[in-house]
Amino acid sequence: MNSSVPIRSSTPQSTATETPSAIAVQQIVHRYSDRTALDGASFTVAEAEIFGLLGPNGSGKTTLFRILSTLMKPSGGDASICDWSVVSNPRDVRRNIGVVFQEKSVDVKLTAAENLMHQGHLYGLSGGALKTRIAQMLSRVGLSDRANEKVETFSGGMLRRIEIAKGLMHHPSVLLLDEPTTGLDPGARIDLWQYLRILREEEGITVLVTTHLMEEAERCDRLAILSAGKVVGLDTPAGLKSAIGGDVVVLDASDPEGLKNKIEEKYRVSPTLMAGRLRLNHTQGHRFAAEVAEAFPNEVVGASVSKPSLEDVFIERTGHKFWTEKD
Amino acid sequence: MSTQSTTIARARATAQAGRRERIEPGIILPSISLWWREIVRFYRMRSRVVGVIASPLLFWVVIGSGFGDSFRAQAAGGGQRYLEFFFPGALIMIVLFTSIFTMMSVIEDRREGFLLSVLVAPINRSVIVLGKVLGGATLATIQGFIFLAFAPLIGIHFTPLRLVAAALSILLVSFSLTALGFIVAWRLDSTQAFHAIINLFLMPLWMLSGSLFPVNGASRWIAMIMRANPLTYGVEALRASLYPQMGNGLGLSTTTCLLVLGAFSLVMFAIAFAMVNRRRAGSAA
Repeated sequence: MNSSVPIRSSTPQSTATETPSAIAVQQIVHRYSDRTALDGASFTVAEAEIFGLLGPNGSGKTTLFRILSTLMKPSGGDASICDWSVVSNPRDVRRNIGVVFQEKSVDVKLTAAENLMHQGHLYGLSGGALKTRIAQMLSRVGLSDRANEKVETFSGGMLRRIEIAKGLMHHPSVLLLDEPTTGLDPGARIDLWQYLRILREEEGITVLVTTHLMEEAERCDRLAILSAGKVVGLDTPAGLKSAIGGDVVVLDASDPEGLKNKIEEKYRVSPTLMAGRLRLNHTQGHRFAAEVAEAFPNEVVGASVSKPSLEDVFIERTGHKFWTEKD
Repeated sequence: MSTQSTTIARARATAQAGRRERIEPGIILPSISLWWREIVRFYRMRSRVVGVIASPLLFWVVIGSGFGDSFRAQAAGGGQRYLEFFFPGALIMIVLFTSIFTMMSVIEDRREGFLLSVLVAPINRSVIVLGKVLGGATLATIQGFIFLAFAPLIGIHFTPLRLVAAALSILLVSFSLTALGFIVAWRLDSTQAFHAIINLFLMPLWMLSGSLFPVNGASRWIAMIMRANPLTYGVEALRASLYPQMGNGLGLSTTTCLLVLGAFSLVMFAIAFAMVNRRRAGSAA
């Protein structure tokens, strides 16, 4: 995070003095004809880390995902995976990454085993080694008994599992997943996360996941929060939340504007007015809420105190709500 | 606990061993895989198989015998029936439809996401053209050959050399038209748009190829267009190898016709190649 890893130009050189980072994103900028999707985002991901890219729709996370998976070239800046630049050495990046897209990428007219066989061919696997690997991956994702069934008969959870098996056929060291739990029921979500942990534990695979779901972001080792193409928060989920300090107090008032002025006058803290409610962070939220309610009994209609969530972190960093962000 | 950690250590070692080998898929293996997929997909969709075989047969019999009496081919010389004259044209039509419409799968692959996983694999983009075009061309050729098997029914008998010439013309027409279909499909995002564009020049291409009426019976302008149409060379090469007594409508030798077709195939394939290899900033393909 603090030291930027030099990006390889053409020949692999080991930079033994620095701790290896699996992914390094450096000042990446991407402009579409009508808008800027990424505006100088930077972060690094350590080896064997489960890293989350949290952001609402339009925050630029899908663009960043496409750049990291070498589908698009950024307009500016660079990113490296296993020290290979996605701009100048996409082929080397592709050897090292497994990609699981949000949309399905399997061929539904082929069986599970045929899909994996085809994927193996694309990565130069063949013969006995390929057969072994197919059997291994199918049993890993619990689909051995469905190996010879067409994928079009599979449920959403099974589809996701075969996608992951596909992405892992060639032993990638980095796995990129775009919104992997979209369309999965809660049970399948839990399974998926367990599996990602196992991958990390047993094979040391680095996992990068994009998500717009807070509860999913909570499960990552570290997070980058993306808003309007910028990284507005970068830390562990716990670290991000504790940086807020204390509790989050939300007040409903009959006259929010008036109450805001009164609170500012009396307590010398400045609540933010958002969607008709006042919110502020306080080390002792309960006591503060009670005090305000006692001091202004006529203005305060309701009050709530809670430990900060990732949504609060987002509000704190951007000044607006997660879901009302404009593209 | 210790057994568990050894298991983990072993698993990591295996994973790393798998990773150490440099991934170098080359061109041949991935292309064959894509080609194979094209064939498997086709035969898993029974309706496609039935439709592609049955409709041209029906078309040939209905149009051929319906027009037969009133629409005598002037160039047919002697008493050749229209049904016979029309046989190569009907065969080329099957090949034409199959070649071009198999490439609709390029659009489906893109929409269904399959193409994405091919695009992020460490392969040369040429693999996509090779695999898909060869796949479509194979299907079209097979169908052309199936139709060719009906030839003895209308009294056509081959010498080995003429059979080779007929096979070659079918092969080259399949290949060049599949590449043409690929070129049209690569940039499109909907099968409706593909239909619209293809229909715009598919039917004229076929009708002005000597399939329906011979070149030397056509008016001057139409004959000029027909001479410029690469498909005409395919139809004439095929007709000359089916009915050597008829002679070539273009006044060229079968070899020359095949050479023209070969050149057309190369040009189409080169264009497809160039299109796919252009990696554009800002879009997924």
